[in-house]
Amino acid sequence: MSGTDEEGGLHTGSRVNDFAVKVATVNGTGSASANGLILKVIHRMEIPVSGKNVFPSNIQGLPTWYELRMSRQGHLARTPRFDLIVAMNPSTYARDVAEVQPGGWILYDDSWPLSKTLIRPDVTYLGIPLARLCIGKFAGSRVRVLMKNIAYAGALAALIGLDMDIIRELLEETFSRKKALLESNYVAVALGYDYARAHFDCPLPIRLEKMEPGHRHILMDGNTAAALGCVYAGATVGAWYPITPATSVMDNFTMLCKRFRTEPDGTKNFAILQAEDELAAAGMVVGAGWMGARAFTSTAGPGIDLMSEFVGLAYYTEVPCVFFDIQRTGPSTGMPTRTQQGDLLTIAYASHGDTKHIALFPADPEECFHLTVAAFDLAERFQTPVFVVSDLDIGMNDWRIPRLQWDDDYHWDRGKVLGEAELAELESFSRYLDVDGDGIAARTLPGVSAKGAYFVRGSGHDKHGNYTEDEEGYQEVVDRLVRKLETAKSALPAPVIGRREGACALLVCLGSSDAACREAIDLLAARGLAMDLLRVRAFPFSQDVDALLAEHDMVFVVDQNRDGQLCTLLVNETSVEKAKLHSVRHYSGTPISAVHVLDGVLPVLDPATDGTAATSRSTRQAKCPRLQA
Amino acid sequence: MTSIKKPRIYMPKLERNALGLTRMDYEGGMSTLCAGCGHDSITAAVVQAFFELGLPPHRAVKLSGIGCSSKTTAYFMPQAHGFNGVHGRMPAVVSGANAAQRELTYIGISGDGDSLSIGLGQLCHAIRRNVNMLYVLENNGVYGLTKGQFSASSDLGSKSKKGEHNQDGPIDPVSMALSVGATFVARSFSGDKEQLVPILIAGLRHRGFAFIDVLSPCVTFNDHEGSTKSYTFIRKSTSEVVGTGFVPIKEEIATQYESGVVHPVTMHDGTTLYLRKVDASYDPTDRGVAYANLRERQERGEIATGLLYIQEDSADLHVREKTVATPLRDLPFESLCPGSAGLEKLMDEYL
Repeated sequence: MSGTDEEGGLHTGSRVNDFAVKVATVNGTGSASANGLILKVIHRMEIPVSGKNVFPSNIQGLPTWYELRMSRQGHLARTPRFDLIVAMNPSTYARDVAEVQPGGWILYDDSWPLSKTLIRPDVTYLGIPLARLCIGKFAGSRVRVLMKNIAYAGALAALIGLDMDIIRELLEETFSRKKALLESNYVAVALGYDYARAHFDCPLPIRLEKMEPGHRHILMDGNTAAALGCVYAGATVGAWYPITPATSVMDNFTMLCKRFRTEPDGTKNFAILQAEDELAAAGMVVGAGWMGARAFTSTAGPGIDLMSEFVGLAYYTEVPCVFFDIQRTGPSTGMPTRTQQGDLLTIAYASHGDTKHIALFPADPEECFHLTVAAFDLAERFQTPVFVVSDLDIGMNDWRIPRLQWDDDYHWDRGKVLGEAELAELESFSRYLDVDGDGIAARTLPGVSAKGAYFVRGSGHDKHGNYTEDEEGYQEVVDRLVRKLETAKSALPAPVIGRREGACALLVCLGSSDAACREAIDLLAARGLAMDLLRVRAFPFSQDVDALLAEHDMVFVVDQNRDGQLCTLLVNETSVEKAKLHSVRHYSGTPISAVHVLDGVLPVLDPATDGTAATSRSTRQAKCPRLQA
Repeated sequence: MTSIKKPRIYMPKLERNALGLTRMDYEGGMSTLCAGCGHDSITAAVVQAFFELGLPPHRAVKLSGIGCSSKTTAYFMPQAHGFNGVHGRMPAVVSGANAAQRELTYIGISGDGDSLSIGLGQLCHAIRRNVNMLYVLENNGVYGLTKGQFSASSDLGSKSKKGEHNQDGPIDPVSMALSVGATFVARSFSGDKEQLVPILIAGLRHRGFAFIDVLSPCVTFNDHEGSTKSYTFIRKSTSEVVGTGFVPIKEEIATQYESGVVHPVTMHDGTTLYLRKVDASYDPTDRGVAYANLRERQERGEIATGLLYIQEDSADLHVREKTVATPLRDLPFESLCPGSAGLEKLMDEYL
């Protein structure tokens, strides 16, 4: 977390490339462009940075925030501790002023006086008459509002040391064809920059310094990366119904297909179907997957609910298809523009009857890309729905990730598909016959051969694909589905395991909790408490997950949901003793931070930090002795 | 109980089509519907239509939802791939399948519960997308598998077997299809195979969404006095507006055409469809005329039948989407994956 030293206390002196800024603005005023610009400048200064949008379910007029965290150590999880607040929205002044750390700064528009009730003695106020400056320079209210945002970026350039050359470079890239806009942006940046330099001691102790160009990183959101994964995996049919925060998966797939999948004559080797609802989107994906195309849909929790009936059909009829769930805060409509990991249980067992599904959990956009490609292979290899479970934090925020790499030796795995030649060698074809003993029966594609024709039915069927209400015939098929998923376990992406010497406990997480957990483990190590990390990347869990759980007497399971859904899945699907699991939960709608993890872990791991746990202090301390420094 | 296979009887003198196949080659498993069910007659008409078309069964795809009607896809063309999905959602499955493989012939069989209640939205939107398929709505005005509840096509006041009168107004599938832009709209009767078979053939040849409402009495739950979907009531009330045929003798047609009674329509596959109009002033290519005529007859208590509207030059899903000629599912990986060079270049835009 920003602003913490090794013991988790606050820094007081100069902090280069290690602090956090929060920008409070109004939705729909163009602040996203200014914030995006700031993020990119810092990124191009080679400083590890994350930018998280905290936005309302609204197009224009409601408060919105943008959180920037810079960390030279590369800790890029969200931090709830802000050193500088850019307060541009009077309607949230009170909340914003309260959020800044003692010793921090508040940059605000002093075109109008600040209410006395907002004055804190422990922070420094930096007033810049941004609105007044913009009124003097620009004509038209819309332009003035837009330029005010660019002006605060200019002020930040002076205050925290954004590189002015890179700002110019980025503005030129953005407005290369709109010279007038380029000029006004320059003017606006200079307004803020010059005023700050003239009135304040610039830069502040929290400031940026260019770092050495290291690995070649990019800034990309997870939905773009997932869409790119679909293109690279050879997906040809995308069906969807618009829903926040999943919409940009299909928007990006559309954009990328226009570029990569359009023939010179304008014809397309893809089809994107905007369905009437998520039920239809799921049906389309099942239809296309059955027909032999790589097909996918992208949605969020409410969509998954509607798709569940088709998910069960695809599971039972063994049709490959890929579902993206970009999770948001539930239940019901919940907070559609806030993040959560609330759909884990829904997805694991989606649909009625006995079902269980393969789910992959990317932790960042880089994994969104690679696990998407894996999802299509797994779906076809195991002829079943596969879920890529991301969330709003990964999907809609720009993350600093290594440049995506592609191995040209990769070739898709279509699984067991019998063509005309293979069918000719068979006496007869039975759709659900386990010939190889791995639980996976070979399929055929419609229209290829009369011999391979069969009837897909959601009703009871036997191993030949025929309708049945016969006890044994029915049971034989559903039992084989269990064996098929057992086979799948070893083919799923392996968990990521981080071991620390002398570890006394295990921290388990998935998806976007990763960065916060890794940072928490570093902070604990600094306190002399060593923990292993287990990040699961797939469901059903592999043997490795079971083994690592068995190794530890104390296991903390981190969930970004109220009910500890990952914890429930571990209890349900591994042989772990329930008593040794401690659930750590964060579910307010904001991305989890290391602070949240520590708050959940420390009272148990190190009761000295928590008076309420003092009674069991001695035994617990014995369980987890501090390492000698 | 498992499905029942029909016995194959060797009959060398059966009529053969262009592929050398007999009608029996297009027949499927034994029907498990009630004896006398209208749906079985429709199945026979479907068999006849595919036989006459001379289509290789494995190049056809048959799909359905849930209900008595949806069972019938098992009763024809066992060598065609079939998909019996979830209730009311067949149109979505066809949309996806057709998007993936544009070259196959798609037939969807549904009922009034499947199409007009649980699946009304799906049907409307498949029509809007103009998916290239034949959609047969086997309409009996009753829920058969759950034993006799009114359906959305039950007429106001129509009596159930238990003696209740229907209080809710019906959804007329033909008016609905016309109003949401269907490019081929017909109505027929399971008991009129002569009318139904040519319409089915025309529907299979139509490029786009061919919609046929086929009145198909339920002998067990809706064939009594007081029902408006009984054999007796339908026979009494149907009135053919347009007859359909593929007539090969050109001169004969030319003479009739001059009289304004026969309306030729060139199908996208080059064949000509001849529509025999009962009323010379009726124009089956004018949606407004079709709609007005339908309303007029409804008010007179008549059920208009025949191929009521056709728009043959319509763009189907693939034309609109501008997809490549090769079925998407057959595109090789190399043509789909931009490779490392493409990625490397793209990454520069995310710096």
